[in-house]
Amino acid sequence: MAQDGLTGATTPGTIAQPVLQELARAGGGRSLWGDALHRLVQNRLAVVGAILITLIALAAVFAPLISPYPYQRIFPGQIIAGLSASHPFGTNLAGQDTLARVIYGARNSLGVGVFVQFVILVIALVVGGGAALGGKYADALLMRLTDVVYAFPDLLFVILLQQVLAGTRLAAYMGGLFVVFFAIGLVGWVNLARLIRGQMLSLRTTDYVIAAEALGATRLRIVVRHMLPNTLSPVIVALTFGVPSAIFTEAALSFIGIGIQPPLADWGNMIYDGYGAVLATPWPIFFPALALAITFLSFQFLGDGLRDALDPRTR
Amino acid sequence: MDPMAAYALRRLLWAVPVLWAVATITFFLMHAVPGGPFTQDKALPPAVNDALNRRYHLDKPVWEQYGLYLWDSVHGDLGLSFQGDRSVTEIIRNTFFVTAQLGVLGFLVAVVIGMTLGTMSALNHNGPLDYVGVAFSTIGASVPSFIMGAFLVIFFAVDLGWFKTLGWGGPRHLTGLLDPFAWDWRRMVLPVVAISTLPTAFIARITRASVLEVLNQDYIRTARAKGLAEVRVVLRHTIKNAMIPVLTLMGPIFANLVAGSFIIETMFSIPGLGRELVNAVIRRDYAMIMGTTLFFTLIITLANLAVDLAYAVVDPRIRYR
Repeated sequence: MAQDGLTGATTPGTIAQPVLQELARAGGGRSLWGDALHRLVQNRLAVVGAILITLIALAAVFAPLISPYPYQRIFPGQIIAGLSASHPFGTNLAGQDTLARVIYGARNSLGVGVFVQFVILVIALVVGGGAALGGKYADALLMRLTDVVYAFPDLLFVILLQQVLAGTRLAAYMGGLFVVFFAIGLVGWVNLARLIRGQMLSLRTTDYVIAAEALGATRLRIVVRHMLPNTLSPVIVALTFGVPSAIFTEAALSFIGIGIQPPLADWGNMIYDGYGAVLATPWPIFFPALALAITFLSFQFLGDGLRDALDPRTR
Repeated sequence: MDPMAAYALRRLLWAVPVLWAVATITFFLMHAVPGGPFTQDKALPPAVNDALNRRYHLDKPVWEQYGLYLWDSVHGDLGLSFQGDRSVTEIIRNTFFVTAQLGVLGFLVAVVIGMTLGTMSALNHNGPLDYVGVAFSTIGASVPSFIMGAFLVIFFAVDLGWFKTLGWGGPRHLTGLLDPFAWDWRRMVLPVVAISTLPTAFIARITRASVLEVLNQDYIRTARAKGLAEVRVVLRHTIKNAMIPVLTLMGPIFANLVAGSFIIETMFSIPGLGRELVNAVIRRDYAMIMGTTLFFTLIITLANLAVDLAYAVVDPRIRYR
């Protein structure tokens, strides 16, 4: 062993080889993201969350194939019927099949979750990134804007925006869903923008960014190559936690009767509808509430797992 | 000037432009909504329409309306509700008392139970009590208030018949606060539990993490090493310091309680400001929506201010930022 090392020292090519092999074996050639994935799959709850989310997403995408009936079909004489073979989840006050509506309702909930995160990400990148990189005045201006949006009670701002947007041409997109989704996105970006700004400001003083600057890298290259990738982990975690929060806002709006209206199937308006029959039977409210709670828990578990996996320092 | 007073003054002054911006945004958003408040399926006779527009100053140019609105708002006059010809200020005065009771009770429950659970979890780290606490805070943070409310109603009101689900059991006026007969607890328990579940879960989580961190500090080891009783270590040295991160949660929790009031009041038919607002939105009562938005923003801004000041008192490092 020692001899190998000694002889190798004189011929550089031979010592590097075993060391490299050793390194490759130990690290498995795993990248930062491979490492994170490895840590994520070791977290059982996070895996359960991911599997449940996948199942719900599949149900949403293939709703017409798996649903026993069209969600709007009314069964005369079957009003708030109990659980049976033909209606495993029972029926609602209008005599519609609850299972079919729960399956179709997944479309709205997951749709709002993902769509809103996209809107939030775009706005937060512009505002947060602009504040961090745009100089003193841009920073002051954008952060004051953030303060104002933060001061607005969230749900109220969504309601106001939704009222305004409902009158525009946007109202026709996606059967009115677009307006609700977009309004929720326009309100929810504040925390993410602050996170991105803070992250970028602290990255600007790290050694590798200073080194890149010293080497003459352009500003664009520094931002794209060094700063954005290092902002990614906390952003992914924040977006994951943002999904249930967007789903909650949408369901809450529909629950108080100003979101998505029947006959469209939506977990929020189903819970509202079921609440009207709660004295007679709990089933119409039970199943959409359960679906919503499971979705929430799944994202919570996945978010916790992602946070631990992507940022080992917080553990 | 004393840095604390300077900090308080700076924060207070900054609240003014924020409120102005919110008022302005709300005003122009509401005026961007197509169709007047009196647009109905059946058109009103032109004379009636004109009279209504005059009554609510809708015949004036937008800038004049904006000026009037700002001037009146500063003087506490939020205009007339389009429904029932009542003043918005009066509606707020009549209904906010109920919402405030719901909010304050929810807040107290969340703080007391959340901090107790969190401390209990941390002191029993990885023990059975810890698992119970963590399970509660995970589930509590994942179940929206209206689902919680629905399950509570099914179980405690419908199946067991312990509590009532309609209306509010607290007094309607300040004078009733001390009158024991003005309180009907059976109408208050479910809405308060429903609105406080989420904040309780959040507080429990942060308290647990915070207490665990403080327990690892050198000064706790010192306190134990010099033979202090464990009760004293926990009460005097741990909880007091662990409170600081919990305080930062208070702002989001106030906002959460406000949003919760819209939902819970609608759900339990509680005659508070939250339900008034939801009804105003459904009836397109713009004056009421604008007034309530401004009022809630004021409340949340003041609450945030109070929290930040409390934070600066507890943690002197903040003042010199």
